Amino acid sequence: MSEGTVRGPRLSLWLPLALFAAIVALVAWGLLRPASRDIPSRFVGHPLPAFNLPAASDDRPGLATADFAGKPRLLNVFASWCIPCAAEAPQLEQLRAAGVDIYGVAVRDQKADLAGFLARNGNPYARIGADDRSVVQLAIGSSGVPETYVIDARGVIRYQHIGDIRAEDVPMILGKLRDAAQ
Amino acid sequence: MRRLVLILALLLAPLQFAGLRADDTLPPAPYAYRQLDDPKLEAKAQKLMETIRCLTCQSQSIADSDASLAGDMRSQIRERIAAGESPEAIRQWLVDRYGDYITYSPRVTSLTWPLFAAPLAILALAALLLRRRFRRGDGA
Repeated sequence: MSEGTVRGPRLSLWLPLALFAAIVALVAWGLLRPASRDIPSRFVGHPLPAFNLPAASDDRPGLATADFAGKPRLLNVFASWCIPCAAEAPQLEQLRAAGVDIYGVAVRDQKADLAGFLARNGNPYARIGADDRSVVQLAIGSSGVPETYVIDARGVIRYQHIGDIRAEDVPMILGKLRDAAQ
Repeated sequence: MRRLVLILALLLAPLQFAGLRADDTLPPAPYAYRQLDDPKLEAKAQKLMETIRCLTCQSQSIADSDASLAGDMRSQIRERIAAGESPEAIRQWLVDRYGDYITYSPRVTSLTWPLFAAPLAILALAALLLRRRFRRGDGA
């Protein structure tokens, strides 16, 4: 006890402790709820950029921007070397069976690898373009595989799904296609 | 520890046998690992590439990353610089697609201005406090 002061410790004495507690709380919050590592495309709402990709497989034609005219379709960015792409194959097949046109963009893929992938997992694609230098991927703001875009009848990107399409996502994707038709 | 290694080995074994890789086998794009012939243009491209974030390994720049998407981005940036496009136009093209996230050189926007204003405000506050303290010292 210092002489002369009979008052208790000043409130400001607690300030550093309070600040410390606030920082601990902030760090704990960041650890318990890590930020999403998804990078959403800012290109949703824009028309597809102009591109014309050669065929990536022998039994499907290539893919150009003009192919999207007429009705809403899915653009699926995928690759044979991508493991979650195999996981979403049954869901793409389910969408195809529901009457959805799925156009594929095969990123940095070899023809033989892609043929093996389609033989193993099925081929739900009406067209597959070969994007050997990720040009289309970059032009639509896609940051990985797989990603699926809903494209409306005028060629405008209406929705982006990042990561594989799970079974529970299928009704949502069909809903986005219906919205895009209006 | 040994148990952990064993579990990891068991988890990874099927991947090896199925021949699955999570990476592609295409050769890198032409300018992914090749500099432009003109050193001035290469310096321009290099300066831009050092401030563009890699989308695959998110704490590296595309100049530092060996991810294939980063290689494709380097190649595209070098080709566009060689074709006469300005680095800031290319940065804007990328920001239009990926947002401010893609650039390591942040711009002043309605969202980011506190980043730039806060250091100035703190410096001003410090100057004010110091001036008061020195003045008090003079008086005593």
